[in-house]
Amino acid sequence: MRYLPKSDSERRAMLDLIGVESVEDLFAHLPEEVRLKRPLDLPAGISEYEIVEYFRARATENANGYPCFLGAGAYYHYRPVLVDTVVSRGEFLTSYTPYQAEISQGTLMTIFEFQTMICQLTGMDVANASMYDGSTAMAEAAMMAVRATGRGRVLVARSVHPEYRAVLRTYSENQGMPVEEFGYVTAAGTIDLEELDRKMDDLTAAVIVQSPNFFGIVDQVRAAAEIAHRRGALLIVVFTEPVSLGLLRPPAEADIVAGELQSFAISPSYGGPHAGVIATRDKYVRQMPGRLVGQTVDTRGNRAFCLTLATREQHIRREKATSNICTNQALLALMASVFMTVYGKHGLRELAEQNLAKAQYLVGRLRPRFCGKSFNEFVVLTESKTPDDINKALLKKKIIGGLPLGRFYPELADSMLLCATEMSRRADMDAVAEAFQ
Amino acid sequence: MYSEQFRYTKEHEWVRMDGDIGTIGITDHAQQELGDIVYVDLPKVGTKITQGATAGSVESVKAVSDIYAPVSGEVTEINPILTDAPEKLNQDPHGEAWLMKVKLSAPSEVAKLLSAAEYQKYIEAEK
Repeated sequence: MRYLPKSDSERRAMLDLIGVESVEDLFAHLPEEVRLKRPLDLPAGISEYEIVEYFRARATENANGYPCFLGAGAYYHYRPVLVDTVVSRGEFLTSYTPYQAEISQGTLMTIFEFQTMICQLTGMDVANASMYDGSTAMAEAAMMAVRATGRGRVLVARSVHPEYRAVLRTYSENQGMPVEEFGYVTAAGTIDLEELDRKMDDLTAAVIVQSPNFFGIVDQVRAAAEIAHRRGALLIVVFTEPVSLGLLRPPAEADIVAGELQSFAISPSYGGPHAGVIATRDKYVRQMPGRLVGQTVDTRGNRAFCLTLATREQHIRREKATSNICTNQALLALMASVFMTVYGKHGLRELAEQNLAKAQYLVGRLRPRFCGKSFNEFVVLTESKTPDDINKALLKKKIIGGLPLGRFYPELADSMLLCATEMSRRADMDAVAEAFQ
Repeated sequence: MYSEQFRYTKEHEWVRMDGDIGTIGITDHAQQELGDIVYVDLPKVGTKITQGATAGSVESVKAVSDIYAPVSGEVTEINPILTDAPEKLNQDPHGEAWLMKVKLSAPSEVAKLLSAAEYQKYIEAEK
């Protein structure tokens, strides 16, 4: 990265060149009432040494190294060492779009491989070269369905991640895309198919379900597809935990799959940046947002890669583009690509099996709230204690507990969402189980 | 080249009337300017289109161009061959590769369009 210092004399020279007295004069054209008339409320500058000290001290306040049983959209998985080795290479250290194919073959090839692996995982024909994250991918998928069907209404399951639904509402609010929700079966924790069927109409563009859903339960994708397709709507399947795809059947009945890839070697980092993705059927590719890399041949007949179907995008289509997403999460998507390559098909399956086995062990020592089949997350009843009390007790033992569900689902105030991964040790899981006693 | 049976727009569409049904296409001049056409986006049957407003788009290897409706009305048919063979638009834009048929809601609009001679003059002047 370039470091560009400016001295007072350089500032003066620049101001003189354009013929103004001070930097303040550059803002003179702005109306008085919108200008701040005092300096910004910031502490005085400190030395580099003091800054480093400050951040070092704050970093020790993190729960570093604590076993973590919190999932709910961001997961605690092992990051293979190879990931950072590859993504730290200077050639990759930019998320900027590789418009110039003649100087970007390496980047384009990794993106092409990313798309290919996502298609293999999801059972779709084509995947884009990443979205900002799972929640925006889902909202963009809904808008894509609106374009593809010429209809406006979207039906989303309450068992979809509550924050994803909030993002969907933000996107839909001002574009005449009514969003309605349908519930879950209180015993199984899977979508309420009867309610979905009742709420379907011929104006519905898409039905959105998540699997494994927010409660960690493998949901009824096939049945949802049947109901959606019967009324001419598309089915969007969302995932927050891609490790589940190592074991579960790909959601092949879906028309669009939208998901989050944080589990694939992207560190949680307080919630972002992460990488999302949209995959779909060939026939909907022109309605898909985001970058797409294709395989072609160069003038000498060699295999080569380039951006393709760019006429969907805003640098060509302007206001008529499918989306205003411009750059993508290329570097984070590359982390996911390296992860998928390191594990491979069998490795990912083994990883998924480990996650399932650990989760089975932990849930076996607790009282599950739902009877549906779960993957590495599950909802448990907290019995006589409150979820917050359990988490406080666990934190004292330097363990990060689960998510109290009352915040998002008032009817589940007595329940907690827990997650076990390959990182969960038996002793820590036993400690979690004891905290519930 | 430009049939007297058609009326034309300055945006390079043509319309051929048959009773109150108008068949719409793009002109030979338009396909030449666009170059190799790779995709045609047409409205669904039943869509109401308005004279002068966008009614679809044509994508070539160079650019995407809007199709402007030469007349107002309801789309009664779209040309099915263009889905799989958009290149037909380069080969036979005034014949086989028509875009859509429209039941006109305001037939008097047709009189406002250019005749073959006027259109020919217009594209000559544009060159």
